[in-house]
Amino acid sequence: MSVTTDIAAAPATPAVHADGHGHVTNTGLSNEKLAMWAFLGSECLLFGALISTYFLYRGKSVSGPTPKDIYDIPYTSVSSFVLLMSSLTMVLALAAIQRGDHRRLRVWLVATALLGASFIAGQVYEFTSFIREGLTIKTNLFGSSFFVLTGFHGVHVTLGIVMLLSLWNLSLRGKLPQEKSEVVEIAGLYWHFVDVVWIVIFTVIYLIPS
Amino acid sequence: MTTVLEPTITAPVPSGDTGLLRRPTHPKGVWSWITTVDHKRIGILYGCTAFFFFLVGGFEALLIRVQLAKPNGTVLSAEVYNQVFTMHGTTMIFLVVMPMSAAFFNYLVPLQIGARDVAFPRLNAFSYWLFLFGGIFLYSSFLLGGAPDGGWFGYAPNTSITFSPGHNIDFWVFGLQLLGIASTAGAVNLIVTMLNMRAPGMTLMRMPVFTWMTLVSSFLILFAMPIITVALFLLMFDRNFGSNFFNPAAGGDPVLWQHLFWLFGHPEVYILILPSMGMVSEILPVFARKPLFGYPVIVFSGIAIGFMGWGVWVHHMFSVGLGPVAVSAFSVSTMFIAVPTGVKIFNWVATIWRGSLRFTTPMLFALGFIGMFTIGGLSGVTHSVSPHDRQQTDTYYVVAHFHYVLFGGALFGIMGGIYYWWPKVFGYLLNERLGKINFWTWLIGFNMTFAPMHILGLRGMPRRIYTYDDSLGLAALNMLATVGSFVIAFSTLVFIYNVWFSTKKQRIPAGDDPWDARTLEWATSSPPPDYNFPETPVAHGVDAFWHQKYTEDDEGRLIRIDGSAPGASPADLLIRGRSSAALAERDGDDTPGNGNGSGDRSAGDDHGSAGDGHGHGAVPTAHELGIHMPSPSYYPVLAAFSLPIISYGMLYGRSSGSHYAVAVFGAVTLFASLYAWGMEPSAEPEDPEEHHSTSGHDDVPVLVGGGQAALEAGNGSATGNGAPDPAGEGASASAGAADTSEVVPPAVATDAGTPSTADAGTPSTADAGTPSTADDMATPATDEAPTPAADEGGEAEAAPPAGDEDTGPSGSSTDDKGA
Amino acid sequence: MPTNWRKLALPALALTFLLAGCANSSLPQDALDPEGPFARKVHNLAMPVFGIAGIVFVIVEGLIVYSVIRFRRRSDDESPLQVHGNAKAELAWTIAPALTLALVGIFTVGTIIQLDRVPKGADVLKVNVTGHQWWWEYEYPGKQVVTANELHIPTGVDVALTLRSKDVIHSFWPPKLAGKIDVIPNRENHMTINADKPGTYYGQCAEFCGISHANMRVRVVAHEPAEFAAWVKSNAAGPATPDAADTEAVAGQALFRAKGCASCHAVKGFAAGAVGPDLTHLRQREVFAGAIFDLNEKNLRRWLRNPPGEKPGSIMPNLNLTEEEITSLIAYLDTLK
Repeated sequence: MSVTTDIAAAPATPAVHADGHGHVTNTGLSNEKLAMWAFLGSECLLFGALISTYFLYRGKSVSGPTPKDIYDIPYTSVSSFVLLMSSLTMVLALAAIQRGDHRRLRVWLVATALLGASFIAGQVYEFTSFIREGLTIKTNLFGSSFFVLTGFHGVHVTLGIVMLLSLWNLSLRGKLPQEKSEVVEIAGLYWHFVDVVWIVIFTVIYLIPS
Repeated sequence: MTTVLEPTITAPVPSGDTGLLRRPTHPKGVWSWITTVDHKRIGILYGCTAFFFFLVGGFEALLIRVQLAKPNGTVLSAEVYNQVFTMHGTTMIFLVVMPMSAAFFNYLVPLQIGARDVAFPRLNAFSYWLFLFGGIFLYSSFLLGGAPDGGWFGYAPNTSITFSPGHNIDFWVFGLQLLGIASTAGAVNLIVTMLNMRAPGMTLMRMPVFTWMTLVSSFLILFAMPIITVALFLLMFDRNFGSNFFNPAAGGDPVLWQHLFWLFGHPEVYILILPSMGMVSEILPVFARKPLFGYPVIVFSGIAIGFMGWGVWVHHMFSVGLGPVAVSAFSVSTMFIAVPTGVKIFNWVATIWRGSLRFTTPMLFALGFIGMFTIGGLSGVTHSVSPHDRQQTDTYYVVAHFHYVLFGGALFGIMGGIYYWWPKVFGYLLNERLGKINFWTWLIGFNMTFAPMHILGLRGMPRRIYTYDDSLGLAALNMLATVGSFVIAFSTLVFIYNVWFSTKKQRIPAGDDPWDARTLEWATSSPPPDYNFPETPVAHGVDAFWHQKYTEDDEGRLIRIDGSAPGASPADLLIRGRSSAALAERDGDDTPGNGNGSGDRSAGDDHGSAGDGHGHGAVPTAHELGIHMPSPSYYPVLAAFSLPIISYGMLYGRSSGSHYAVAVFGAVTLFASLYAWGMEPSAEPEDPEEHHSTSGHDDVPVLVGGGQAALEAGNGSATGNGAPDPAGEGASASAGAADTSEVVPPAVATDAGTPSTADAGTPSTADAGTPSTADDMATPATDEAPTPAADEGGEAEAAPPAGDEDTGPSGSSTDDKGA
Repeated sequence: MPTNWRKLALPALALTFLLAGCANSSLPQDALDPEGPFARKVHNLAMPVFGIAGIVFVIVEGLIVYSVIRFRRRSDDESPLQVHGNAKAELAWTIAPALTLALVGIFTVGTIIQLDRVPKGADVLKVNVTGHQWWWEYEYPGKQVVTANELHIPTGVDVALTLRSKDVIHSFWPPKLAGKIDVIPNRENHMTINADKPGTYYGQCAEFCGISHANMRVRVVAHEPAEFAAWVKSNAAGPATPDAADTEAVAGQALFRAKGCASCHAVKGFAAGAVGPDLTHLRQREVFAGAIFDLNEKNLRRWLRNPPGEKPGSIMPNLNLTEEEITSLIAYLDTLK
């Protein structure tokens, strides 16, 4: 969480020195980008531990409902597809600012945020329907590990949406010039990471039969 | 910069749309410390806070020892005893050794790699404040119904709401999460700093060993902290929201907690010990007057430990009953992690072998470290014999083992580090006589306390018991251990007295290089100015500073660059001079030494101002030098403060849902401060009259000081070559030039010989960078291997004494080309 | 440095203490004094490793002390040879420890596999051990015997323990008979013990298990096989009901039910509580309350006055009994032989 502070800082803190001279460090990566990579490395372990927990507890619940009883895989597949598409729009947003096309940048940023928001809306709907069917975080091990893992991912997506909308707002106010395209790139790194993690989560909890 | 004293934090003054609060500009006083982003000040804050917690944790240790001094002790109740030993462990690990290491990381790493500050100065401040608030949060539990009492390992399900219904464990769960966030943020910051901000020529394999161990340690923090965070997170959900992760009734597996905890916990051991290994690796060569034996081997064994540390966690769980395959595998892996550790020990011994050993206090502590850590390592090997570990584990034998590692190892190293770097940090030496008393009492007290515990454990004393029966026959050794703990307490008082005495009674100015040291931090003044180095130093090998002073002849004999024989280090003269010439010398303040060709620019003008830790005397300010440093900020401390508020809200939300509102309030504060932080430039633009250098970029913050920018420029050109990690070898000359182009605009043209002008800061950087490309191409510099030119000895002769900043860069440039 | 020698006096004193600590004749929970084949096997594996560690210790500390004496700076002008490393030496002190440890590893793995075998056969005694906060329950399957705090075994026989926990994690540790094994909820662990000769073997819970962790002791009482058979026989039967003439005991038995004792404690044929220790043959035991108190009238009286006051966190509450009630209860408990 803490490191996201610098993601928050990113919009006004350009990745490079005042002259806009890019990639000028020992590694060739800007400090901000390297920090994001390091942070994502840390996040891998965070999700890794949560996913392992889910994996270890698969089929260990002593009471129902079980995944078979309540998963709606087609529905979740659609919302997963929506999230994956948002990675595409994120790439387009980055391409737009790198070309200096600020109008398209904003279009794609909003599109990405909306796709992410649809995913979250889908997740909220899924959660409420599960709860209606009698699965809460308290019900059994499955409920505990399912809600914590997917909820944790959902919070990550939500933070990403906040980040995207902040970028959009900055761009509207003319504070996101082409030289600072790396800010979009860094936000994109985070966004793609969250998407990739979802692929793993989706595979582990919905696709691999227990 | 404008000097606005004490603007009230409660009455925010909007400045444009960049923030909620007016930028703090206090040059002195409490607010200057609260809002500081200077890595050196943050390092000092870390050190003082960690030392305070050391006293608290030490007091808890004394309580434990008093309780156990005799059989059936009645000083503490079982309830209080369990709280005290839990907090002792938690404090010493999370609030003492880790932050004490962080103090050294913060203070030294930028200096050792020749940077002006860390990569994210405000994030650095945030880490510190969150550590402080996290510590206060943990300790507030004593006033709010009882401290955590589940042990520092917090095994489920004893920590579940069924068996621990009070808030005790909640404080632990939230407190450790706060500290974990602080550590992770710090680790990211340091990793980026070390990978990205090294001075020209400072390749990875030229980094001082301390910096290397910091790097390994930071990576361990980066990857270990999220695992315990998940464990705590799951426990928090169990306790606050009724989930079942560690609830056996619902099928939850308490062993999952142990796996998560030790998967964090074992790397944590190396997080605690590696920094001290680094410090010792710095201290030994200096006082042996001999380079570290096998620098690459020491570095690689440190890295090996960092990797292997992930594959041994189950040795904390040999009695869990995980089956012969797992136990065998982890027994063997545990044995083999002893190999790189042993290699380090042998290399340290080889470093002092045939050296010229000078027994200053830091050296004594470093030698003590080797001796004591060896014992801890050997008892560690006996744990790896897992069938017998089932006799050892959870007894005082283990307590003895890890105190030999963490006290005999980590704390000996840290004490050595304190004595060693004190003169650099504060500008004056700690008293040697008191230092030696400190060391010997420390060593004796330590062994009296913990050596008997080996026997206690093997002969039947389990851990974490508040009472034991006389019939066990363990009373005498327990009493001995208790007496020893008071010797350690006495030693700590000696240290405190030494600090007071050396500060107030007999202040011996240190000079820039009192120990005749080897690494770059000794090349700048003591204490260093806020910008660290007037111009970015250039590294030509391991022990970059040493090679500015010494070279070797063909037989490997030491030769001073100025031709004279090596002599006593300034500190030696001072320490001995104190008895005869007494205090006259102190007032004279003409510290000997620096005339030895160390090329110290600010020699003689830095000592007078040692008082406030930041020279305002003859040392030019960053402003005068045109170095653009990051500006102080309120937001890190504000953001850090909001996190414990969230935690209190969550903690009490468990008893009454309405308290979650407090958490929401904290979250709003957090987001507001983070947003304002994001909108606030890292460094404020200079005063209007200075604006010519940054005009047109008012809203564009300068991330780090000018020197850094120069470094970036220099390396940026190398990147243009497609070199993946330029690490600045060939770029040294050009970067040196580029450096001054940013730092001292008027000097640019002459230095770099490029047609850049003072006010065209931007183009000049670019320009200065471009010619360096040519240099790079001409230089057969490869990535990791040091270039022959910069390797060792002979070339160092040609290395510029840092004093001659005019000729220096060009001189080394020639070198590079010739190589 | 002559002054340092003087300061060595204290460590020397400490060393004397340490040696004294080692030299003591056997202590009750002494892991260095195995008294059964399983503990001995482990002991014999570990002792050579301690020996190797001792040799390395002497070498390293010796080198440090020698260097400190031999290579101290005598003149400020000394200029030692600048040795940067030596690949051969470094390789040697990488490989030598690795080989030594590999050797230790082979023996270790062998022992791990041996110890993992759960003994089978007609002559093996099986006992189910259950950890409770803060006492041990021992059940002898097929023998109708349940007892607490004292594990009775025959000498010279492999005893296969199956260990489970009712609440938190405990660890069963009788040092002279075996290394510890954790007792974990939702998990079943095994340990085999075998005692050489008759006698009482001491130990205690080794995993922090809450406020009275220190008060959860282990006692293993080994008997000659014939004696053990007699013990089993007497414990399998229910206790005699109190003699009607013993009015105090009869009153105590009534109180045992009236005060709710029976809802937590089992007495074969009379009460079936399953929370606290089975009291069927209480008076055959020497200790009670997690084996921290000798079982006698005085201690029982103190205990019944206020159990949590005697053993912190005791799940048995203070029943606010009068002295007369306590006298009656003790009279009843005295009949549980």
